Amino acid sequence: MTTVETATGAAQTMVLNMGPQHPSTHGVLRILLELDGEIVVKAVPDLGYLHTGIEKSCESKTYSQAITLTDRMDYLAPLSNNLAYCLAVEKLLGLEVPKRAQYIRVLLTELTRIGSHLVWLGTHAIDLGAMSVFLYCFREREEILNIFELVSGQRMMTSYFRIGGLALDPPGGWLGHVERVIKALPGRIDEYETLLTQNRIWISRTKGIGYISGEDAIALSMTGPTLRAAGVGYDNRKHFPYSSYEEFEFEVPTRSDSDCYARYLIRIAEMRESVKIVRQAMGKIPAEGPIRADAPGIIPPQREKMKTEMEALIYHFKIFTEGFSPPPGEAYVTIESPRGELGAFIASDGSPKPLRAHFRSPSFVNLQALPKLIMGRPIADVIACIGTIDIVLGEVDR
Amino acid sequence: MTEIAGQDTTLVTGRLREWNAAAVESVSEFRGEITIVVPPSLLRAALAFCRGDAALQFNLLSDIVCVDHFPIEPRFEVNYHLTSIPRRDKLRIRARISGDDPVLDSATSVWPGANWMEREVFDLFGVRFAGHPDLRRILLPDDWQGHPLRKDYPVEGYR
Repeated sequence: MTTVETATGAAQTMVLNMGPQHPSTHGVLRILLELDGEIVVKAVPDLGYLHTGIEKSCESKTYSQAITLTDRMDYLAPLSNNLAYCLAVEKLLGLEVPKRAQYIRVLLTELTRIGSHLVWLGTHAIDLGAMSVFLYCFREREEILNIFELVSGQRMMTSYFRIGGLALDPPGGWLGHVERVIKALPGRIDEYETLLTQNRIWISRTKGIGYISGEDAIALSMTGPTLRAAGVGYDNRKHFPYSSYEEFEFEVPTRSDSDCYARYLIRIAEMRESVKIVRQAMGKIPAEGPIRADAPGIIPPQREKMKTEMEALIYHFKIFTEGFSPPPGEAYVTIESPRGELGAFIASDGSPKPLRAHFRSPSFVNLQALPKLIMGRPIADVIACIGTIDIVLGEVDR
Repeated sequence: MTEIAGQDTTLVTGRLREWNAAAVESVSEFRGEITIVVPPSLLRAALAFCRGDAALQFNLLSDIVCVDHFPIEPRFEVNYHLTSIPRRDKLRIRARISGDDPVLDSATSVWPGANWMEREVFDLFGVRFAGHPDLRRILLPDDWQGHPLRKDYPVEGYR
């Protein structure tokens, strides 16, 4: 068990154990806080309560089987995890994914971003005492989850992206549902803003709190909205485009104040940008076309072909019994998940199972900055700062 | 899949060789990703050079990943994934170390953000980092026996 050595050694301080069962830690984060009155003088985060050994499990699964494990890391953005993993394996294989599948991937990951930011906004607001925002946010998130259910059959652990493309063709008319949700969203985001942006309590709980300079944030490897709120416009979708993001027009919102309020405004702006990207993707997705790469032996054959073609039957059998073997080597792919830079590192030794699968989870790395954000601040700000980093403990501990 | 724009093997290896001819043990490229193997003794200095050099500007340490090649020696390879935000470039720096006494110099003095990444590698692989300010287990309990991501640690049935 982690203990804290008191920093000052003075009789004035006390050690407070926050978590792992504490609603504002968004899961099972434990922080040992040394307090001088109400002021934090030392903070030691203690992780691992949700460690499930996903990386070790990946090593005993075939490349296709491991997809279902990736959903369970960041359970608020499962499709982003699917995407990072699939892109890494596709890079290893040298597979080209059809444009139609790429656009659908972009559309769904942007909806994931909106959904994830909505959960963040709702829970962050409830932490700071604004109850009603939570209810509105979850109302809209439900609509987005309905779209995921429509295309994949699952609301959360979709495993919809597969190596080389998608699991199945989206049902006819699905874009109509997307259109309905997307049409309503900007107005709904305006509603949240009327509740919070000028709200005096919200401003006094978030403005000037949790400051970190852009330089310090880069040195601590912070990425995502937290880094962009510190004035650094680093976004993997712009810097290292993947899945045809270079064909989309969108802004990367940045701010320079780098406090909890700035991070709130960044995420609100990002939701609006995501709506724009979803709109563009809807216009780009061709009505017809393949959703999987043409790679026999790696991509499962179509059901009809299996009934008429010998090769298809053999490939189907081989893919689901022994899997496929990428060439030896490693691939590291980073994408912009709602929380920041999500990296997938896959090393292959030429066998059907990965030699090593590693996920660079943005929550884990960003959480490292927490002690810096809350040092010398009252304990109430700790709640605001945990919320503003936007961690998902499933991804921190993996 | 998009190739990383602006990757230039010659620039990075050239700069590193100029700085110290012994720093580049080997260079390889696979699927557009450059890997430079550096001797463990020069690792920390090479990382500091990549970060500080005006022509390279690898200012972000994206990740540290360890791979266990058991039973091949040197057994562990530790990969440092660097990103240059201004130059939009990526690089992998790799150090190979033996399984007998796996120690590397800590990169925490170059990037404070290496702290938890190195603790994770230490926790799951048992690779130690000399000069790390707080080298404790991070994901597993403090009294855990063994390092689970090593290849000789079974998926189940060990304890």
